[in-house]
Amino acid sequence: MISWLNSPDFFAAGLGVFLAGAAGSLLLGKHDRAANWWGNGLAVAGAAMGAVFSGLVLTQASPPAVSIATSLPLISLSFRFDYLSAGFMLMICLIALVSSVYATGYVRHYYGRYNLGALGFFYNIFIASMILVVTAHNALFFLIAWELMSLASYFLVIFERREAASIIAGTRYFIMTHAGTAFILFAFLLMYRVTGSFEFETIRTGIGAASPAVRNTIFIAALIGFGVKAGIVPLHIWLPRAHPAAPSHVSALMSGVMIKTGIYMLIRISLDILPRPQLWWGLLILALGAASALLGVLYALAEQDLKRLLAFSSIENIGIILLGLGSAIVFASLDMRTAAALSLVAALYHIVNHAVFKSLLFLAAGPVISQTHTRNLEKYGGLIRFMPLTALFFLCGSLAIAALPPFNGFFSEWLTFQGLFSGIGATDSLTRFFFIGAAGSLAFTGGLAAACFVKAFGMTFLARPRSEVVRRAVEPAPALWLSMGVLAAAALLLGIFSGSVIQLLTKITGAVHDIGGAGAAAGTPSGLAGVKAGYGEVSGPAIFIGIALASLVTAAVVWLVARRRQVHTGPTWDCGSALTPRMEITGTAFSRSIITVARRVLRPSSESDIRYHDAKTGYFPRLGTVTLGRYDIYMPLIYKPLRVLVTLMADYVKKIQSGNINAYIFYIFFVLIGLLLFIDY
Amino acid sequence: MTISSTLIWILQLSLVPLLSPAAVGITRKVKALMQNRAGAPVWQPYRDLWKLLHKDEVISEDASWLFRLAPYLIFGTTLVIGAGIPLVTTALPMGPTGDFLVFVYLIALGTFLLALAGIDAGNAFGGFGSSREMMVAAFTEGGLILSLLTPALIGRTTSMAAMAQAIGTVEFSAYTPVLLAFVAFAIAMLAETCRYPFDNPATHLELTMIHEAMILEYSGKRLGLMEWAAANKYLIFISLGANLFFPWGIAGSLTPLAVLAGLGWLIIKVLAFCVGVAMLESTIAKLRIFRLPDLLLTSFVISVIALSLVR
Repeated sequence: MISWLNSPDFFAAGLGVFLAGAAGSLLLGKHDRAANWWGNGLAVAGAAMGAVFSGLVLTQASPPAVSIATSLPLISLSFRFDYLSAGFMLMICLIALVSSVYATGYVRHYYGRYNLGALGFFYNIFIASMILVVTAHNALFFLIAWELMSLASYFLVIFERREAASIIAGTRYFIMTHAGTAFILFAFLLMYRVTGSFEFETIRTGIGAASPAVRNTIFIAALIGFGVKAGIVPLHIWLPRAHPAAPSHVSALMSGVMIKTGIYMLIRISLDILPRPQLWWGLLILALGAASALLGVLYALAEQDLKRLLAFSSIENIGIILLGLGSAIVFASLDMRTAAALSLVAALYHIVNHAVFKSLLFLAAGPVISQTHTRNLEKYGGLIRFMPLTALFFLCGSLAIAALPPFNGFFSEWLTFQGLFSGIGATDSLTRFFFIGAAGSLAFTGGLAAACFVKAFGMTFLARPRSEVVRRAVEPAPALWLSMGVLAAAALLLGIFSGSVIQLLTKITGAVHDIGGAGAAAGTPSGLAGVKAGYGEVSGPAIFIGIALASLVTAAVVWLVARRRQVHTGPTWDCGSALTPRMEITGTAFSRSIITVARRVLRPSSESDIRYHDAKTGYFPRLGTVTLGRYDIYMPLIYKPLRVLVTLMADYVKKIQSGNINAYIFYIFFVLIGLLLFIDY
Repeated sequence: MTISSTLIWILQLSLVPLLSPAAVGITRKVKALMQNRAGAPVWQPYRDLWKLLHKDEVISEDASWLFRLAPYLIFGTTLVIGAGIPLVTTALPMGPTGDFLVFVYLIALGTFLLALAGIDAGNAFGGFGSSREMMVAAFTEGGLILSLLTPALIGRTTSMAAMAQAIGTVEFSAYTPVLLAFVAFAIAMLAETCRYPFDNPATHLELTMIHEAMILEYSGKRLGLMEWAAANKYLIFISLGANLFFPWGIAGSLTPLAVLAGLGWLIIKVLAFCVGVAMLESTIAKLRIFRLPDLLLTSFVISVIALSLVR
């Protein structure tokens, strides 16, 4: 039984369930209820099967692999389930499982408005293609899966197609992701030129023959290509638009899981397929990580759109993951395998943690938005009274993402810090300053993330309602709060039992070529009671029990002393004036002080416009508006020149676009002759 | 576990909450003397706490369970932090919560909850206090972590007790990075404990307050807990600054005599720090709020310099 459950047959059966889910939803089309249950039900089943399969693979000594030759040259359906692939697959399947359970309740508010058959179709294809992406072991097959994932997610982004914003977001995503794919293709073609194969196994053994220049080019192309998907600053411009536009359970998958496939391939390429990375690759990734983390959290702070705030915070977390990955690459290039293992475990740990708490936050944002019909933070307030469970789970997610113990975010940041500290302690001159800078940026990021999520939670759930819609909000269906509850519990448990999580992740990093071996495993002795890594040790259970016990004892003692005293409730004191929701602090005001401090980076803009009753003299204002915004620094630096260049090139190319079909056939003929000559030559 | 080490554990756990009101009282007394006032007696904060714990309480009708729960959690967090820092001896096995990153992030946990509680009642002052507090806290974090990293790097450990031990063996000629790191830490300490030039602990003027604004809606026992937790935080930072950067006299073993000597030294050093803070508060003015990040960035830069001096 077990041997069947972790055989490739079972894997194929899981994929088949997703395919059935996709095809079935398309057939059921506009029968909303049936399409919902069929599409999401089979997604639940497929994700569960995938989770069982990958979980069992992680317990096996040797990874199963399967390769099916096709009649096409160069491409084979080859899969390899090593620990790294299986680990990512497990994460994808578990998050997909929770999101799909959530979706059964959540998509009901689309009944009669949008085509749920199409949603189920693309949703199932999306999950299946993510699984293919992390298990494919042939470059061309990988590209097909990658493209499938991009297209499926594109259609999910534009699912609410009557919203103009969704279409704009989708288009931007479409362009960026395909530009990225072009770079990925270029990297794979270079590998093919050197090794004569698209199989990852063959590339790994043969790439050693490549000159350093070629390897560097491959790395840069892969970094740009996969960096677009991961949302690394400045390649992130699609992310904060696309993620909020999709339905919330899809946003959870996109932010929590999909962007990690980019990181997965960066790990694969820089530490596994290309052996012996260069020092500067790691330093570059460290710098990009520091920039992404800081800019991501600052942009998140400046946001008033709840889902866009969460999307920007994904960029921040990708930055933190890159800090771990970058230090791992630096250590690998210096042949410090123990430290490299530590940093890679930190990166993987943060990948898992971010998957959990970011999905949780998006899932919790879902009912808030569907109940109030707005994503604007300034329209919320006081929701904790009307949606207490959603509020509790969002609070758990906020504590986790702000890296506060005993939740999981703290432990992965602790590990990342330990990796950076090892780097400061063990390296010299320039490399050392990169590590110091990275540690500094991570420290500031932690503080700013806390500020950001005080704002996100405080403005949404606390104080008095700022609009009437809030008062009509109710707790969502059980499927929704159950799936949120599971993720909130996971965020806490992944923190408390960090030692066991790290043991598993250490095993996974053993599968990575440049880390591998038992020496790495000895680098992070850890267990149920705690973690010992780098220069320090930390214990999840001790922190959790300590805080719980100390608070309980405090409460008991205070109750003993003050039990005879009474607690009255009364109105909030506000200088004797009448209390209105407008007297509360707003989201804009909350983050304004930090924005003012960081104005060199954020470039806040403020335009005011006053209309007067008496236009000439201007004594009696009738209407005043203030528009607050911010300029993007990377737009004029990178994307504007690029746009000018593309337009210019298009103008030139336009000259051969005559509209005459004979001319086009001539072009094709010409190119064919040219290619034949080229090959012959 | 022997009887003596149990006793020392109890001492370690209860030292911070027992001594912290006195630290606040001493600071206030010295400030009063500097201003030619008689000032309240040193044990006045104890009386205040006792009084607050025996008063009825008014809670805003807009406040949620978070507002009611926060004081206990915040106070409990300070107890956990207090148990993890080296107070009188470096020989206690407090490994798991004695890591300096745990210290920094537990402080952040308290700040996070405090800021949420400040927003919860829907009071304009509370919200602005939270906003300012989060700004100061966010920009303090870099200087705080990197200043503590200097002793950590010298001792190749992030456990605070082991850091104190390692600094104790540093020769005088190699003390420069430690001193620089201490300056950076002191700036971060003033910011975290809501002291001049960041915040005025004595004010109730809405334009200047940060910490007091957040706890404005609290009364009775919960206000008492909040004040007490703030005092704990003050003493935690002072004793950490005293014991990490100047670990003179701290016990290296668990023998009663050494521990008693360590306690004596701790009290002397805390006294010196309180006088120092009071002198500083009496001689400088509060900074404009948008000048605060400059000072905090200075703290960050100083710790980077200190770090680059460590070999």
